[in-house]
Amino acid sequence: MTAIDIRNLDVWFGVGAERAMAVKDVSFQVADGESFGLVGESGSGKSTILRAIAGLVPTWSGEMKVAGEALGARRSKAFYRKVQMVFQDPYASLHPRQTVDRVLSEAMGLHGVQDIDKRIGQLLDDVGLGAGFRFRYPHQLSGGQRQRVAIARSLACDPSILLLDEPTSALDVSVQAEILNLLTDLREEHKLTYVMVSHDLGVVGHLCERIGVMKEGRFVEVLAVDDMRRRKAKDPYTRHLLDSSINSVR
Amino acid sequence: MTSTPSTQGLRSWLLSEEPSSRRQARYASWYKGWLTFRSNTLAMFGLAVLAFLIFAAIFAPILASHDPFAQDLGQRLLAPGDNGHLLGTDSLGRDLYSRLLFGARISIYIVLLVVMVAPLVGLIVGTVSGYAGGWVDVLLMRVTDIFLAFPRLILALAFVAALGAGIENAVLAISLTAWPPYARIARAETLTIRNSDYIHAIRLQGAGPLRIVTRHIWPLCISSLVIRVTLDMAGIILTAAGLGFLGLGAQPPSPEWGAMISEGRKYILDYWWVATIPGIAIFAISLAFNLLGDGLRDVLDPKEGDA
Repeated sequence: MTAIDIRNLDVWFGVGAERAMAVKDVSFQVADGESFGLVGESGSGKSTILRAIAGLVPTWSGEMKVAGEALGARRSKAFYRKVQMVFQDPYASLHPRQTVDRVLSEAMGLHGVQDIDKRIGQLLDDVGLGAGFRFRYPHQLSGGQRQRVAIARSLACDPSILLLDEPTSALDVSVQAEILNLLTDLREEHKLTYVMVSHDLGVVGHLCERIGVMKEGRFVEVLAVDDMRRRKAKDPYTRHLLDSSINSVR
Repeated sequence: MTSTPSTQGLRSWLLSEEPSSRRQARYASWYKGWLTFRSNTLAMFGLAVLAFLIFAAIFAPILASHDPFAQDLGQRLLAPGDNGHLLGTDSLGRDLYSRLLFGARISIYIVLLVVMVAPLVGLIVGTVSGYAGGWVDVLLMRVTDIFLAFPRLILALAFVAALGAGIENAVLAISLTAWPPYARIARAETLTIRNSDYIHAIRLQGAGPLRIVTRHIWPLCISSLVIRVTLDMAGIILTAAGLGFLGLGAQPPSPEWGAMISEGRKYILDYWWVATIPGIAIFAISLAFNLLGDGLRDVLDPKEGDA
């Protein structure tokens, strides 16, 4: 079954003469349990696709189907139970005045989860934070710990699809690896489907099976990660991207 | 001495790095807030002055040496200390010390009522306008502009004239004229917050606009509003005094501080204390609120308080 089915998606910002197309005629499918990566330079529209799926950008046209549900202008409550998102900057994605406990219990309360107390402990264990972090404020946590809290929040209602918007790019390298391993483990444990945006081909190669390469709002190529590793890209832009990422210092 | 171990235990329970229950975490954050507040000497001074004034207002009948309304023309305009009048008497021979005590009741009453009404109205209008955007924003902000375009006292005058003279109507009128700046502040804060990732995140959890505004945006607006309110406190008291002076606020025999100043104005050169003493009282309460607000900001903002 396909978890996500996107056809002819256009997304734009602004109106009239100032209208700028951010995503042009993008189509792709993600199977259940698959992990799909979106790569490209900054400004190529990869995050915008995620935001359009999540319902954060109202100005789009085309067809989007998520877990069998066709998406309209508004998202249903059932949608938010199935699909959750992890944001790029863990410093900006947690409310500065709310403790970890409050963040998680509110998320669960909104989805009508029972046994909130027990589940919070379990969630914190799942993402590798102990119960000691439960009543901390975000400013008492490091970047990696915050991102773990954000991941815990997105898992609060047991979704089947996670949208990952560069979940590691704001973290330093050793913490990046920890978060990536956590995401890999969680995917196995909870049978999750991932759509991950990144500009780092290494990160995408680690986590995803297929990648879509974007340039100026369009898909240039969709290829399997194995082909990417063997540098069997067909499109010259993808080859250029691969070369520059391999030749860079990291 | 025997209580030392248990207070030690309570202290460490409150300051525990890893609270084990929600209740403990809440008490602990209150206690830490109190510790932050206590370390701010000036704020503690403000709190002490305010506590003293409230104490004086509550126990005015016991503390007063004379009836605040009893006139004695033979004893008029006595200097402080004369004939058992601790702070002297005014032009009708009424004891200033007693009037000051009873006046504290009226002034604190006015301030508290205004503070409960105006920032709340401003907060609601500002956050709704900022979060909703579109025509709601345009409509609410134009209404705010209209209120802002009038001088505050003139507008309050018009309201009082329409509603009738009296202290409650004066409070209402002041509140109605005081909310627009709060609405502007709240809207500006909301605009910076509404597109942040943590608001997106809670939207993705399926939260409705009401919950987002009241539980996620309000807590972030409140600290800047508190500062503004404490700065406005003196202005509120003076506006109330101004209305009283024009005969539209507290009515003549009642010992409202502003009205007392305007009474003493006529004698300010020869009998300075008649206007000065209530003036000092207004100064004290305004200063106390300012200092208190400063300390409250540190407590309300755990991020800066901890850094």
